[in-house]
Amino acid sequence: MSVSSIFLILVSSILVNNFILSRFLGICPFFGVSKQVETAFGMGMAVTFVMALASLLTYIIQHLILIPLKLEYLQTIAFILVIAALVQFVEMVIEKTSPTLYQSLGVYLPLITTNCAVLGLTLINIQMKFNLIEAVIHAIGAAIGFSLAIVLFAAIRERLELYDVPEVFKGFPIALITASLMSLAFLGFAGLV
Amino acid sequence: MKFGRIFSRGIVFDNPVYVQLLGMCPTLAVTNSAKNALGMGLATTAVLIGSNMVISLIKKLIPSRIRIPAFVVVIATFVTIVGMLMKAFLPDLDKALGIFIPLIVVNCLILARAESFASKQTVFPSAIDGAGMGLGFTIALVILGIVRELLGAGTIFGMTILGEFYQPARIMTQAPGAFLALGLLLALFNKITSKELNEL
Repeated sequence: MSVSSIFLILVSSILVNNFILSRFLGICPFFGVSKQVETAFGMGMAVTFVMALASLLTYIIQHLILIPLKLEYLQTIAFILVIAALVQFVEMVIEKTSPTLYQSLGVYLPLITTNCAVLGLTLINIQMKFNLIEAVIHAIGAAIGFSLAIVLFAAIRERLELYDVPEVFKGFPIALITASLMSLAFLGFAGLV
Repeated sequence: MKFGRIFSRGIVFDNPVYVQLLGMCPTLAVTNSAKNALGMGLATTAVLIGSNMVISLIKKLIPSRIRIPAFVVVIATFVTIVGMLMKAFLPDLDKALGIFIPLIVVNCLILARAESFASKQTVFPSAIDGAGMGLGFTIALVILGIVRELLGAGTIFGMTILGEFYQPARIMTQAPGAFLALGLLLALFNKITSKELNEL
């Protein structure tokens, strides 16, 4: 476990294999919560927190419960339940400790359960055979990549509101084409790792 | 009559992808070829029919406060079954779809049908609704898959359509092509439906 391998995981999960723009995970919040930079940033932070905790917990469950008992086939069910419980727990903690943050995140918090980026992350962690530290680093990198993409996209969409877009392209189609151009730009990072 | 309408609604008027914009992650991720798109669509349809039927059967037993986690467990069970069957009988397709098979659990389309249809209806209409929505989803995915495979590799379902003269635009089978193709298809869908509305 060296510093360079940590750096490699970070760079590859933030830029090269960006969760939204190259792996297609977490597309729903990407389009749903990207109308304003502020809410996009809040969503990014909440997802970062859940992702880091989820990768820690699912690692423990996978290696201390599922593998010793030969129950790997229950992975999907176990992980989604852990994520659902975790999101509920995070929601309760934030509500008690910081009502202002709770208010600004609003409905986005419970929606993280069905954000496929979180479940996808935990499954990729297992698939890539990451150890505990690598898994958490990967989670943080993936979450930073997610936040980066969603905040950049929100900034572009705020400006897009002012332009005269052809009628049939209004709303979702133009957003998809914008995402396509962003994804093209991120493809340029492919040579980094 | 009534069942016919429940079935056909999911295919055009309430199409999960082109109208409701649900299930975007698999729509974009696995449509790099028509074959993958078809496999993903059918797997999702199977899960959708199964989960709709079970949820409509047990809807009275589930307290409404914890219904979402209960639905998710039912859906996850069917996803695990479908995943195991695919691993056993279609290993190549299973490899090509990768983590997007377990990720059917978090496909918003399935939870949306459970919440808005199956939890209020009886078994038979729920199964029909699942089949209709699943078929609509499959058709949407296959259309996108055909467009991307044709432009990106010059083939459809692996058969060469565009001959030697066509220089494949590889970008269409990669990530940017997915966003671009879906964006253009949605615009086309808007154009067609708005024209129909004007003529009425």
